[in-house]
Amino acid sequence: MSNTATPKGATGLRAKDVKPEPAKGGGLAGWVDDRTGAAKPVSYLLKKVFPDHWSFMLGEIAMFSLVILLLTGTFLTFWFVPSAGQVIYNGSYVPLKGIAMSEAFRSTIDISFDVRGGLIMRQIHHWAALMFTVSITVHMFRVFFTGAFRKPREINWVIGTILSLLAINEGFTGYSLPDDLLSGTGLRAAEGFMQSVPVVGSYLAYFIFGGAFPGEAIIPRLYTTHVLLLPALIVGLFTAHIVLVAVHKHTQYPGPGKTNDNVVGYPMMPVYMAKAGGFFFIVFGITTLMAALVTINPIWLYGPYDPSPVTAGSQPDWYMGFADGALRLFPGFFEFHVFGFTLSLNVFIPSLVVMPLLYGIAGAYPFIESWVTGDKREHHLLDRPRNAPTRTGLGVMAISFYLILFFAAGNDLMAIKLGLSINDITRAFQILLIVVPPVAYWVTKRICLSLQRHDRDLVLHGRETGRIVRTAEGAFFEVHQPLPEHQRWALVQHESEKPLELTAAVDANGVRRPGAFMERLRGKVSSFYFTDSIDPVTPAELAAAHHDGSAHEAIEAAQDDVGQGWVGQLHGGAEELPETDAYTPHEHEHEVDPDPTTAR
Amino acid sequence: MNALAARRRHPAAILLLLLLGLVTTGGLYSLLAPKPAQAATATADDVNAGKMLFLANCATCHGLHAEGSKDAPSLAGVGAAAVDFQVGTGRMPLAGPGVQAASSTKIKFTDVQIASLAAYVASLSPGPAIPDDQYTKGDGNIAHGNELFKVNCAMCHNFAGSGGALTRGKYAPSLRNVTGTHIYEAMVSGPQSMPVFNDANLSPTDKNDIISYLHELDKNKNPGGMNLGNLGPVSEGMFIWVFGLGLMVGAAVWLGAKAA
Amino acid sequence: MEPTGADGGDPGTALGLDQGHTEGGGGLPERFANPGLPPHVSRSADLDEHAAHRAERQVAALFGISMVATVIFLVAYFAIDQNTYRFVPGIGQANLSNVVLGVSLGLSLLCIGLGAVHWAKTLMPDNEVTEARHPQRSSDDARAEAVETIMAGGDASQLARRPLIKYTLGGALGLFALPLGLQLAGSLGPLPHADLSTTFWRKGMRLVRDPELTPIKASDVTIGSVFHIMPEGIDKSHDFLEEKGKAAVLLMRLNPDDIKIAKERDWGHDGIVAYSKICTHVGCPVGLYEQQTHHLLCPCHQSTFDVTEDCKVIFGPAHRPLPQLKITVDAEGYLVADSAFREAVGPSFWERG
Repeated sequence: MSNTATPKGATGLRAKDVKPEPAKGGGLAGWVDDRTGAAKPVSYLLKKVFPDHWSFMLGEIAMFSLVILLLTGTFLTFWFVPSAGQVIYNGSYVPLKGIAMSEAFRSTIDISFDVRGGLIMRQIHHWAALMFTVSITVHMFRVFFTGAFRKPREINWVIGTILSLLAINEGFTGYSLPDDLLSGTGLRAAEGFMQSVPVVGSYLAYFIFGGAFPGEAIIPRLYTTHVLLLPALIVGLFTAHIVLVAVHKHTQYPGPGKTNDNVVGYPMMPVYMAKAGGFFFIVFGITTLMAALVTINPIWLYGPYDPSPVTAGSQPDWYMGFADGALRLFPGFFEFHVFGFTLSLNVFIPSLVVMPLLYGIAGAYPFIESWVTGDKREHHLLDRPRNAPTRTGLGVMAISFYLILFFAAGNDLMAIKLGLSINDITRAFQILLIVVPPVAYWVTKRICLSLQRHDRDLVLHGRETGRIVRTAEGAFFEVHQPLPEHQRWALVQHESEKPLELTAAVDANGVRRPGAFMERLRGKVSSFYFTDSIDPVTPAELAAAHHDGSAHEAIEAAQDDVGQGWVGQLHGGAEELPETDAYTPHEHEHEVDPDPTTAR
Repeated sequence: MNALAARRRHPAAILLLLLLGLVTTGGLYSLLAPKPAQAATATADDVNAGKMLFLANCATCHGLHAEGSKDAPSLAGVGAAAVDFQVGTGRMPLAGPGVQAASSTKIKFTDVQIASLAAYVASLSPGPAIPDDQYTKGDGNIAHGNELFKVNCAMCHNFAGSGGALTRGKYAPSLRNVTGTHIYEAMVSGPQSMPVFNDANLSPTDKNDIISYLHELDKNKNPGGMNLGNLGPVSEGMFIWVFGLGLMVGAAVWLGAKAA
Repeated sequence: MEPTGADGGDPGTALGLDQGHTEGGGGLPERFANPGLPPHVSRSADLDEHAAHRAERQVAALFGISMVATVIFLVAYFAIDQNTYRFVPGIGQANLSNVVLGVSLGLSLLCIGLGAVHWAKTLMPDNEVTEARHPQRSSDDARAEAVETIMAGGDASQLARRPLIKYTLGGALGLFALPLGLQLAGSLGPLPHADLSTTFWRKGMRLVRDPELTPIKASDVTIGSVFHIMPEGIDKSHDFLEEKGKAAVLLMRLNPDDIKIAKERDWGHDGIVAYSKICTHVGCPVGLYEQQTHHLLCPCHQSTFDVTEDCKVIFGPAHRPLPQLKITVDAEGYLVADSAFREAVGPSFWERG
């Protein structure tokens, strides 16, 4: 609105000014919305609610590490030369001057010493790669142990399994690019794995390497795989992974106010944008600080790859350690000569079968478990691991198997650092690999069941306060504090699964039912899973726990004497539940009744 | 015709010419040939003193005449180099039974005593001598030493000389901060499990180059930051799981916790 | 006092807890009910303006540190020479440029993050919000509609009525990916033929040192020595590294009395024996020679070979012994190969036999 009054001096000029109206979506945002209609979806997305728990950040660490990898990786591609062509080094690093090496190695040395900021970029890239694989692994563990892979998230679990496989292969192709002594030795071993494939092994090796090892094709091919093919697959699958999380909404831990039909947390705008955005910078910052202060992959010390030298302590990056350990532990007598051909199972199984097998079982697990439970409901509330003891036990068993293989890859470093014999260490790991997983399963399951019983105890009898009350007769009772209902809820909300009931193997006419075998198997597995299941405390049980009786009246008297100054529940008898508790029997007054058998 | 030319058919002329040829060749050779990598030789007094020390400290295991016993090998042919190395790095006298003699900072003898011992053992039968300073200074070609180290040494001692495992509890020790003389002597005498790298395999100059490379590493230049022992991906993996994940999870826990 | 139910109303068959052990339905629900969100606890910044100001200052300080760190990065990028080394405790001689650039970049990033998160935690609302979920599946109507659309479209395309189109479409689609696959796979190669079974070694080739390429006299090899060997002339080969990857050999001298296998003695020369250095497990160089035990250890997976027994495997995951190279001396005393390798070197493969 314009001021149409005649000028009255400076003070009058602004008298009829109208304050500008608050933004209604004009300006740049309006321009974009005019062309995309983005206002509604943006508003919808910004209102989305995310539950707040640190264990939900693990996948975010992986996501942010991926972004860091893409950024720093792009920088590296401007200086890295993916060629195996031989050159003589003439840069600034003295211990390599005049040495013959591949272009790939030379360009990596140049990045490390002759490109400003090159070394920090290389180190951020490699540390971020390690962080990526570590966080994927712990994220996978969290999702597994909380049962977040159940319907409707099975697809996402399978995508995640594939992503983790792609990630470790991306790492392998990446660290093999500089063509240094250590990674080149790894490539040599990889060629050996390919050769061991039955029937087509030598063809596979020659096709992938473009001839004899090392050849000139492998570095450029690894480069294409590392920079183009695998990142495209990873980014594509990761996008699907994230979209599914948004479509399904994130799961949440059970707690007061949280149900299977809601999500409780904080909205994207502004809280989560700040927290998640901030976390990105935190992850990037910590990764950069690691890269600034701790060396990783010092290829200038390893030297260029040559098939003749090798270093003591030759291991791959950590995420390939389990395969290296498997190769060290798998006995040599598994190589057979059949009809004039050589079947090298001692190489083929640990190198090329173990990885797809482990990841395949992992990927299939949601379907195995849903077959076992017959559960077709959607699950958005997470399980506390103790409430799924068999699943937790199986998970720990798998992890222990994996960890033994993983630590076995470091057997020579263990030998020199601990002063042990490498032969003894290897034997010990071979035995542990068979013995530890079943023991780990059993121990974990028992611990879970004990924890469940402990939870029951806590609900039924409250917390021991350590205060002792003496009754008039001289009996001593410890005061127990009942759990407030908000704390109690998490301990009692879960369902305990029961084994599936078997239908008869034969029908009424004595004819064997089709599918009977599978159903019997299913029943057996189901009882393996759920025979020991422990039910959560019900209100009736809680009430009964309060009704232990014998010292009831004496304690009532004690209550009276002590007065209102304390809140507590006397163990083994009547109690004073807080007024707000839904199960407070409101009729329970402080009246002394010497004869409990008298009906009121 | 001058006097010399007039006597050219004298019978002694051939002899004189031969003598001239021999003297010239011999002189040129001694001038231009590579010096043998030997330090000054020991005196008889040294040998005697060494013998006394040997009988007192070494003969119980190695025998009165260094002929060996079931507890220790014969010292025939090991040379002064081996003695200087073993005693000078504290490996000998052996501190206790085990698969391997470990180096020690507790050197039991003075330099003079070590030299005497070495002289005595060298006097028993010929073997590699203590190397000349020229080849242990470490002023050689670092890059060439690097190349030789990778082919001959890294498979046991690790790419940066951090040490490595051998079978049955034996190990190749770390090469950090070892003197050039001891490095040379170890190569030339092949102590315990280590093979012998005689001067025909790795020439004295080659050995000096390797020493130069190792001394360059001793300067502890770590351009990337803490080197975590130069042990490769295992220590890097341990670091990321303990510190990397620890810091990230710590940040996540802080992020999710309620503010005061 | 009449017992009342938990909600204070009609007790029905509620069991009064002061009535002793009487049977009854209890009137209690089967399971506990969700108590709802716990009461909100305010933060100090919600209640106290000073605390909020303090939080604001803290956030601003963090962002400020980030800005300072960025400036340090920009200056250091140009000011610090690439090759400067300085002593840093914990690192040793550190590359100053790397440390300063890295720490400043790291702090500049980290402090933005810390500031943003601290801001969210202290000043942004921390009331928990509830969003409703809906069943993942589409409604039956939506499903029916989708099926209807697809079926109607299918009918409209007349595909079902026109088997000729159906079959030829199937054929065309089935075939079209083949050229793409063939283009990729068909040019892969080369075929190995006998490449894995042959090496550069030929009878009469001198053994030369790696990397100096100088020949070796038998007298140079003393007991306890180990030499790393290549065939003479391999450096002139066009495929130097590929040939070296198969032809690398380890030369050792043992006391002939220690050699237990006659063939090994015969193929050697006076206790000097030559074995392929390429491990028969997956191909790493078997370089670790233990002079006193006469064991060869491969550092990759710890396969151990006994040199006194023709390099048979005594520990570890390898299966086959290392192939021996038959050697002799030539007229001048240099060690030469007396034959090519009699078997394939390196890791096993199917057609190895």
